[in-house]
Amino acid sequence: MEISSKRAERNLLLELKGELDHHGAKRAMEVIEQEIDAALPLRLVLDFSGVTFMDSSGIGVLLRTQRRMQCYGGSMLLRGVSAQAGRILEIAGVGRFIHMKKEKEHAIDQ
Amino acid sequence: MQLINEMQLTFQSRSVNESFARCAAAGFAAQLDPTLEELGDIKTAVSEAVTNAIVHAYPDTVGKITLKGRIYEGNVLEIMVRDTGCGIADVEKARVPLFTTGGEERSGMGFTIMESFMDSLRVRSKVGRGTTVTMRKKIICRGRARG
Repeated sequence: MEISSKRAERNLLLELKGELDHHGAKRAMEVIEQEIDAALPLRLVLDFSGVTFMDSSGIGVLLRTQRRMQCYGGSMLLRGVSAQAGRILEIAGVGRFIHMKKEKEHAIDQ
Repeated sequence: MQLINEMQLTFQSRSVNESFARCAAAGFAAQLDPTLEELGDIKTAVSEAVTNAIVHAYPDTVGKITLKGRIYEGNVLEIMVRDTGCGIADVEKARVPLFTTGGEERSGMGFTIMESFMDSLRVRSKVGRGTTVTMRKKIICRGRARG
């Protein structure tokens, strides 16, 4: 899994590409935490439009990321979730706790 | 039901093999001409079952996981994931949503997701002997003949 980042003021955009399964989740979490700790953003956008597969391991990544942002007093937005990943989030009941947008928003720095 | 086709492969309980297992199951299911959504369901369920075996079955060593696929008449796909690891002491408790013995990194949703994405799920386990997860899904026939 690859993660690219873009910063604009106190906004951080992380774009994930690849498969978010148990194998990829640990490294993904490390990178996400490093990026958050470096940027200390007020708003984090996680773009999942490049995530080709996700299983329940991705739920842990999302919840831990949200908790980290809450610790810093910031917010998290999840966007670009595929139908398959969306079903997993729905089954897990996580949709209630995570702010999600289905369509890609304007670029964070525009 | 009449057995039409079957396959079996065995691999080590390494997390890098999770993707391989998903692709193998999807590749075997492809002969039933599933939709992309059905393929996604199968890959997700296999991923959960294989991940459970990798995370829980062999805590102190690397063991073997067997993935078995069968196709029965009527377009029914059966996937079996078997390990010979530590086994589950209480299967009913393990199947409760959010229950996990895997620490804070695990969501405890694996069995719930398997039940949701497949038509049926059966879990057999014996402590010290291992666990077998068997799932079935009927693939909707879309009227295309395949040789």
